[in-house]
Amino acid sequence: MSVQIEQLQSIPYFSGLDLGELESIKKLVVEKQASRGELLVLEDDSPEMLYYVVSGAVKVFKTSAEGKEQIIGIARPGLTFNDVSVFDGEPNPASAAAMGPVVLYAISRDNMHSIVRDYPEVALNVATVLAGRVRHLLSLVEDLSFRHVIGRVARILLEYAGDKQGPKPHLTQQDMAAMAGTAREVIGRSLKALEEEGTIRMDRHQIVIADKEALANLVESAV
Amino acid sequence: MSKTVMPVVDTEKCRGCGLCSSVCSCGALVVIENVVTVIETEACGWCTQCEAVCPNQAISCGYLVIIEER
Repeated sequence: MSVQIEQLQSIPYFSGLDLGELESIKKLVVEKQASRGELLVLEDDSPEMLYYVVSGAVKVFKTSAEGKEQIIGIARPGLTFNDVSVFDGEPNPASAAAMGPVVLYAISRDNMHSIVRDYPEVALNVATVLAGRVRHLLSLVEDLSFRHVIGRVARILLEYAGDKQGPKPHLTQQDMAAMAGTAREVIGRSLKALEEEGTIRMDRHQIVIADKEALANLVESAV
Repeated sequence: MSKTVMPVVDTEKCRGCGLCSSVCSCGALVVIENVVTVIETEACGWCTQCEAVCPNQAISCGYLVIIEER
């Protein structure tokens, strides 16, 4: 399938452009398809492409020195990824991989730069999109740097643990995120950390508290 | 026969976009006539990716929290 003007209109960077302008930009956009698990962007590589998700989902993640994966976010249809390095020319800050079959529109770094030069309103759109990203990342930084989230997760788990009075409702990671006032991705990271230190065990749809005392200590230390 | 616990779809919120089924590696989620249907399978490892990608928060992969008996 070829690049569709209707899809280009949905790209936040091209908001406000008329059909003629989008027709010109269309020549600079390439459609790319990828299958589940395919690596689309590699952390620390030179920036080449900015991607827009037409269909499917892409996870954006960082990999620690020990090889652990930390999901930073999920790019769903209508969103772009690998923007930062395309604009600043620095190495890619994170990797990206297809979570299932995906269709993407790719714009090379050089082409994106010429679009910004040719259509000044795109520059303002770029600033708006990147400002939104900064806001989102600031809230994540707040959570990660103060290490309060893991204590809040520990409290939630203890509160929701089934007791003799009967089972409590099932908790989703989204529920926990809402209760802890953080992003779902941070909850996933917290649960992984608790599992790695042996405090809990993830047993498919069950979270088994293996060390209640250690969990209670985490609640105390986060106060 | 015991039922396998599976992700739950809120059909009121589901818009049938199919993102969940596209990321499901065990084939537990299929879109039939614009509605996501859950197929019971023990192959579902509770990766929760379907819940993570849903733009409408229509899928729940809930955890039962229990304390290990010693």
